[in-house]
Amino acid sequence: MFVVIMTGFFIANENFLSARNIRIVMGITPEYIIVAIGIAILMISGEFDLSVGSVFALVPMTMVQLVHQGMPPWVAIALGLSIGIAVGFVNGFITLRFGIPSFIATLGMLYIARSLTTVATGGFPPPFPHELPNELFVFQFEVFRASLFWMLGVAFIAGIMLHRSNLGNWIYSTGGDTAAASSMGIKTNNVKMFCFILCGFLAGFAGMIQTFRIEAPLPSQGYLLELESIAAAVIGGVSLFGGVGTIFGAAIGAILIRFLESGIIMARIDAEWFRAGLGSLIIISVVFNTWVVRRGENMVHKNQAEENENSSQKNESVTESKDD
Amino acid sequence: MINENIIECKDLNKYYSGVHALKNLSLKIKKDSVVGLIGDNGAGKSTLIKILSGAHSPDSGHIYFEGNEVKFKSTKEAMNLGIETIYQYSALIPQMSIARNIFIGREQTTFSLGSIGLMKTKSMDKAAMDALNDVELHLRSPDTPVNQLSGGERQGVVIARAMYFKSKVLILDEPTNHLSVKETNKVLRFVEGLKKQGVTSIFITHNLSHVYPIADHLCVMARGEKIADLAKEDTNIDELTDLLVNG
Repeated sequence: MFVVIMTGFFIANENFLSARNIRIVMGITPEYIIVAIGIAILMISGEFDLSVGSVFALVPMTMVQLVHQGMPPWVAIALGLSIGIAVGFVNGFITLRFGIPSFIATLGMLYIARSLTTVATGGFPPPFPHELPNELFVFQFEVFRASLFWMLGVAFIAGIMLHRSNLGNWIYSTGGDTAAASSMGIKTNNVKMFCFILCGFLAGFAGMIQTFRIEAPLPSQGYLLELESIAAAVIGGVSLFGGVGTIFGAAIGAILIRFLESGIIMARIDAEWFRAGLGSLIIISVVFNTWVVRRGENMVHKNQAEENENSSQKNESVTESKDD
Repeated sequence: MINENIIECKDLNKYYSGVHALKNLSLKIKKDSVVGLIGDNGAGKSTLIKILSGAHSPDSGHIYFEGNEVKFKSTKEAMNLGIETIYQYSALIPQMSIARNIFIGREQTTFSLGSIGLMKTKSMDKAAMDALNDVELHLRSPDTPVNQLSGGERQGVVIARAMYFKSKVLILDEPTNHLSVKETNKVLRFVEGLKKQGVTSIFITHNLSHVYPIADHLCVMARGEKIADLAKEDTNIDELTDLLVNG
């Protein structure tokens, strides 16, 4: 699907795959990939986070305001990122402690964090303080920005953690079947809490990169990002029911969304069509994924049905011989 | 032998919000035997295994494991001693591979920081295949997701897991429920194999005909009480059926 869309837009406008356009798209995509990775891990563990878009704005806004208060830039960054961690913790705590759906707990947090961001601006978006080391995160190399390398680092660590470490095994098992995982001695609540915190942290980190890139902390940044990142995860094959998905898939999903946006603009289609395209992409990819899974299951069930038939035939012959 | 009872329960009582689910239950389980625990729904079988597996604790009474009194605070504690429980439905994660399922919570790791480390996937894959071969379950690949296995094969994987971790006691909760006849026979063969390897098993079922052929000892429960505890030589299927039906 990735290939189809890319070729389609390339035909529509050959500049689509030009170095310049790739540079533009890859300059903004890392932020979205990082959020999508956090969401994907959380969804694999069987929970949701709708507050990532708001955290994406709240964290950098906190950093900027703290620097304006005269705090050293690195302390401000550390405090800002710990706000992301704190929001993740609160999301997890409310969800797990009160046993309510994370959809609701984080929906509440979506409004709370967004509101706090706006309050923190005092009505006017503050100017970007140049004491902040933004070059470190977004410096523009020939084609790529530094944020790409940060993203690759995050993806690498997350990938190792999810696919190669025992913690990853616990995350998959928690999302796959919480009761079975806890009967095997996994502390499923701790696993979920870890994923909530990681998701909040990554959302804040990504928001920081965006603010550093555009050098302006906007209270509206990350608007609707929560749905877009869930879309990226789902397009990349992460299951809404937990237990299934990969880091690579989520990253591809996020890249696809950004190239779709850029492609629609490059093809001189009205940009308002982006959301229609995104919507169709979500539906098509999930229908496709489900179809593939069903086909796999049907094949298995067919085999089993045949086996059962054979065995029931045997039984019949046994009963018959008894009757004799 | 110093102590031939691997598990001994004395006067266990358990209440669930006012319901007396287990009444003064005492039970002795011999080493290397297959014990059939039978009873109709609501007889207290599940309560008993939840207590033995460490998932719940009794309101009163004592449990002795290999002669020493034990009080489990979690299933992990019981598992560390060698009591492994196979629950009716929730024993495997359907979407995960066989190898990953076998090692859930007990992964082989390297470069560990605290309890977190990288998994040794190759050695885990190999160990998984060996464990499956030990219970005579021959599957193609340790990477096969469990939801592609038949019901009997899944029970086989769970039993292989228990064997691999050197369990001394295996508690099987209705392992033959919802299985075809052929699959049921497979599971029964697995359980018979356990005995040869020195594993005691407690086989819980409401289907007497499944457990009777392989059990050494049969224990009948009704209304939270043990109403019969008989060696197989001392009883027959008609007497047991009568106990089961009429309580």
